[in-house]
Formats: sequence, C-alpha cells, structure tokens
Amino acid sequence: MQALFRLFKEYWGILWRPSVYYSLGFLTLGGFVAGIIFWGGFNTALEVTNTEKFCTSCHEMRDNVFVELKDTIHYSNRSGVRASCPDCHVPHEWTHKIARKMQASKEVWGKLFGTIDTREKFLAHRRELAEHEWARLKANDSRECRNCHNFEFMDFTRQSKRAAAMHSTSLASGQATCIDCHKGIAHKLPDMRGVPGW
Amino acid sequence: MPIRSLPLLMFAVIGLVVAAEVDYPLDAPGPDGRRPGGTLTQSMPAPPLANDENKDLKRERNYPDQPPTIPHTIRGYQVDINGNKCLSCHSRANSARSQATMISITHYMDRDGQALAAVSPRRYFCTQCHVAQKEVQPLVGNSFETIDKLLQDDANAAQKP
Repeated sequence: MQALFRLFKEYWGILWRPSVYYSLGFLTLGGFVAGIIFWGGFNTALEVTNTEKFCTSCHEMRDNVFVELKDTIHYSNRSGVRASCPDCHVPHEWTHKIARKMQASKEVWGKLFGTIDTREKFLAHRRELAEHEWARLKANDSRECRNCHNFEFMDFTRQSKRAAAMHSTSLASGQATCIDCHKGIAHKLPDMRGVPGW
Repeated sequence: MPIRSLPLLMFAVIGLVVAAEVDYPLDAPGPDGRRPGGTLTQSMPAPPLANDENKDLKRERNYPDQPPTIPHTIRGYQVDINGNKCLSCHSRANSARSQATMISITHYMDRDGQALAAVSPRRYFCTQCHVAQKEVQPLVGNSFETIDKLLQDDANAAQKP
C-alpha cells in the first residue's frame, strides 16, 4: 500500500512538473494527434457495436429475436425503409447512447456466462427482458420510436379511424406513449399475464 | 427360367402399353369459377394479393348468429399461449378504454353456460370464427337473401293485393 502510494506520488509529480526534454509544440501537436487516434478509435469501435451485423453475430440474437423481426413491418415492407436493431434499442443521441452502452455491459456478462444461450433459457427470460425494454421506452417517452415516427408530422386523415382516434387523444395529450399500446411490434410477446391492458 | 420371368415380362408389356396411350384426356379444361380459364395441368399466374379492408365500419351480419367479420387489418396480431392482441382492445375490461366492440358475453361462458372469469379457452382463438376481409369482389355469385329481406317481401306482398 505504501509502495503504491509512493508510485502514485511520483507520477503525480511528473504530471505537474514542466516538461524538460519535449517542446511545447511537440506536446501540443502530439496530444492533438493522440486525441484524434484515441477518440476516433473509441468512436469507431462504438459504432461497430452499433450495427445489426454485430448484434446478429451472436446466436442468442440471430436465432431468437432477429428471426422474429423478419416477419414484421419493421423489416419487410412496401417501401423498403427498415429499422435495424440499434435503431430501436440504442439511443441516437450521444449522451443517452453512452448511458445505454454502459448499461449494456450487463449483456456482455450475460453472453460470457450464457444466461440465454439456449432457446429454453431465452424463453424463460423473455418476460424479464421485455420488461426492461418496456420500462426504458416508457421512461424516455418512446424516444427511439419517435426518431422515425414524429407525432408532429402524423396525418390523421391518412390513418385508419381507430388509429386516428387513439393518436389524437391519448398520444396527443401525453397520457400514453407508443409502447403503451404497441408492445410486441417487432418481436414476439412474452407471457402477458398481469401486464396492464392485456 | 422363362416361366419364372413371365409375370415380370407381362408387367413390362402392360407398362409400355399404358405409357404409349397418349390420347388419354389428362389436360381437361379447368372448371369455370374461382380459377379463370386454362386447363387442369396448366399453371396460371397467381392473382395479386389484395389489401385488407381497413375502414373500421361494422358490416351487416347475413344471419343473426353469424360471427361478425373484422372490419380492420390484423397484420401481426399475436394470438397464442402468451397473449391475445385482439383482447387487448375487445375484452370486457379493455373495451371502455379502447371504445372497441366488447366481445359477446357468451365468450365468457363454458359450454354448459357456466360464467367464467376470463375468456373461455374454446373462444380464445378469435380468427377461428372472426375473419378480416379483403378488398376484392366475390369470386362466385350468390343469391342468398337475408331473413329481413324475406320478411319485407312478405309484408309488401300482403299489402299489395
């Protein structure tokens, strides 16, 4: 402990003393270049984990939830605009994205210890996993839905009568958010016993 | 040896005869109806898939106990052991919030008329009886008349003479 403290003190001293051998220009430019490399590298690595290819490189995602997505309108539709995994499951804004990515370290743990590495284990955990996503979207007012589905630009005359009735009342007044009604829109539902509204 | 292989030889001869008979009418003209023209062996191009009718307007029932048809699209509605998307609007508890038609009280009864707390398992799979409709014209004609039409005709006939 004593030795560790001494080591820390020595390094602290080095950080605080002016540089003797290196010029200010070198340190400034060097710091700048190192910043680009490290920050760029970090961001690139972050974006790699933010692709569908990355998500479906694990069989847990590929064989369970990704298969289910393929049947839905968010994967296959007339105009070919589609949502990939991170579009809905990772916030697009940087601060929220980092927060979500830190939470997602739990998923690395799950992968390492095989929490859902069989179909049976996945089904056993499905309700819990779904509830995490419902809670997240409920708490952030369905932010990831609204990245594409902007309420401001909804044309109620182009919606079916009951859709317009719901969107112009509950959604407009903020009483309800997308996930309240649109659970199971992209994946199969878990056992819904006890879920309000089901 | 020749006697033993005689049945085999006869089979071969019969086979040849059957195969040679070409004037057998395999390619009869298709019956007129759902399938337009062509012959039975001919593959016709499939008609394009029609859209679901999605007007949210209740349709008239043709007879009193006809299961009402679904007046909206039900693409992706999950109805299985885990949940029933239809009931999330049409159940007794949810119909006030959604303003959807409440499913009939008979759906909460077992087959002995005993009231149940939840939808009866035998009524659970909605699309067994209730179906969405497509935006298509009927494929075959139908001269069915509803009982109301018959009653009306009857009353009109009684008035006239």
